[in-house]
Amino acid sequence: MDLDRLCTSRVVIVAGKGGVGKTTASAALALAAARSGRSVLVVEIEGKSGLAAMFGHDELGYEARDLAPGIRARTLTPDDALIEYLQEHALGRLSRRLARAGAVDMVATAIPGMKDILVLGKVKQLERADPADLIIVDAPAAGHAVTFLLSPAGLHDAVRAGPIRSQADDVIDLLTDGSRAQVMLVTLPEETPVNELVDTAFTLEDRVGVKLAPVVINGCLDHAPPDVSAEELADAARAADLPITPSDIGALVAAARFRAARVTNEREQIERLARRLPLPQIQLPFLFTAAIGPDDVRVLADALAAPEPHG
Amino acid sequence: MTGFASVLDDAHVILCCGTGGVGKTTTSAALALAAARRGRKTVVVTIDPAKRLADALGLSSLTNQPTTIDRALWDPEATAPSTGQLSALMLDVKHTFDGLVQRYSDTPEQATRILENRVYMNLAGALSGTQEYMAAEKLYELHDSGTFDLIVVDTPPSRHALDFLDAPDRLLRLLDNRLFRVLMGSTRTGLKVASSALHRLFRTIARAAGPEVIDDVVLFLQAFEGMEAGFRERSEQVVALVEDPATQFVIVTTPRTEAIAEAEYFADRLADDGHTVAGLVVNRVHPEFGGPPPELARAWAERVPDSPLAEHLVNLADFAQVAARERALVSTVGDRVGAQHSASLAFLPSDVHDLTALRRVASALLAP
Repeated sequence: MDLDRLCTSRVVIVAGKGGVGKTTASAALALAAARSGRSVLVVEIEGKSGLAAMFGHDELGYEARDLAPGIRARTLTPDDALIEYLQEHALGRLSRRLARAGAVDMVATAIPGMKDILVLGKVKQLERADPADLIIVDAPAAGHAVTFLLSPAGLHDAVRAGPIRSQADDVIDLLTDGSRAQVMLVTLPEETPVNELVDTAFTLEDRVGVKLAPVVINGCLDHAPPDVSAEELADAARAADLPITPSDIGALVAAARFRAARVTNEREQIERLARRLPLPQIQLPFLFTAAIGPDDVRVLADALAAPEPHG
Repeated sequence: MTGFASVLDDAHVILCCGTGGVGKTTTSAALALAAARRGRKTVVVTIDPAKRLADALGLSSLTNQPTTIDRALWDPEATAPSTGQLSALMLDVKHTFDGLVQRYSDTPEQATRILENRVYMNLAGALSGTQEYMAAEKLYELHDSGTFDLIVVDTPPSRHALDFLDAPDRLLRLLDNRLFRVLMGSTRTGLKVASSALHRLFRTIARAAGPEVIDDVVLFLQAFEGMEAGFRERSEQVVALVEDPATQFVIVTTPRTEAIAEAEYFADRLADDGHTVAGLVVNRVHPEFGGPPPELARAWAERVPDSPLAEHLVNLADFAQVAARERALVSTVGDRVGAQHSASLAFLPSDVHDLTALRRVASALLAP
């Protein structure tokens, strides 16, 4: 998809259920954007997600570091955000001690959504102060993502005045302004992830009022090998003088059937998603690997920024 | 690789651990079903099943009490021993917590004061670990009822593998912390420093979020006064149950680097705490089809360019390659977790959302 269509806002929050490849999608978007000349900051909300490894680096920290040309990344955990807030509000070095003593847990419990609002408040601060053209936020796994993004509205209702209230209001302004922030939802072409994505999408639109970017569908096999018989395969092998045994042919047929069954299911789910959620889709290819590395991120970035086949 | 039969026959509790998206709920349900088919009276505690699986288990809403599943659904051929029984429940965190409060409050008035406190009402959503704590509490209740031979718990998906075990401590720490004692008017000199820090914290919160927040906290802590001992005792009982040799851990994972790293972290933490991993379940494993090795298949494909045969050869090579990578990953985790039993479950073309599919998963878990 044309990146200008994808990156219509400076902040893109990437959200999805655990295991759907949210971080993979964040990495692909970061690389595609960097290649188009944008400077990118990726913000990891949950710490160790494997993002750094996808670019061939070690773990990330609270300070932004370079991952690749044009791409910086950092973590932003709720605990860090809360401690930073307390430090900035006159508690100084006591903050860490209070955190250890459990007092911070109590504060977070007394003010639900407090940690989330601080994280989002920090994102808003980055939007204002960081030089990056694009800020990608790798959100917590859904349903946490819903709670996370609903927190400002909840606080707006619960807290009547003061800095937390104005923080919540500022974050609501950010989230409801489609020219500033969008949510990019990620899923797999499977039944349960699709259902969860649809639920999340409607909740976010209705209750947060956030603009949804095109949906990313990870792990698409796209097509199966042509449907030809074992005899035709054997004939073709003989004609090319390949020493293929009947058991090799059996393996070819079995692998093709396995893929065809998955492709059938995949297409059904992609169509079902399109019917239930009228958003543009970006399909990223299934990668025949067990660990996503820099080469794989390049393949995904190509696919993400590829021209659309139709409309 | 050995099947799970002996774990299913001997354990009283099976805790399924793993991160989100690895098929933990399905695996837990399948283990419970397999145990029921082996004649055990089994209950599975699920946390957040996908809707269709929940429907299949008869859990159309949060039940919080075990629902017995019709025998015809999990044993249609009627081959299982008659002692076998399968029940399921979906954890209702709030309801379980309310039950604990009611159990340990001295008077109904105390219970009401807590249940209606705003901080208490937020606790379930805001304090990380509450879900885990309530899952542990539910486990203990089921154990204590003496109704079941085997309790299979689908632990909440957590970033940090063993939150489930740490959870009771977190709540106790909250109730037991210095904040509590300071607010309750303790004048012990050792608390002076903490006290001044806390007053500054409170001033900050009051300025940031309004003074009523502090009032809520004070009321909450006051309401809990005297219940701490009961909570602590219960927590110790839960810990003892988890440490009992008849409690077994099963790690659920997928053959992806991140999931495997988490599984290893889990296993290490369990080992640190003196637990052993009884089983390892690797979900979504690609099948192996045999045939030529990937390099040869690709070389052959180049000799028949742009043909259907070439596409088939590349397809086979792709799957062989991913299967080999998965095998390598899984073999290291198998050694590392020291699991006595492990099972690999094939990548299924569609989701497991009925009992027929669940029975197939259960059979695969028992396959030697």
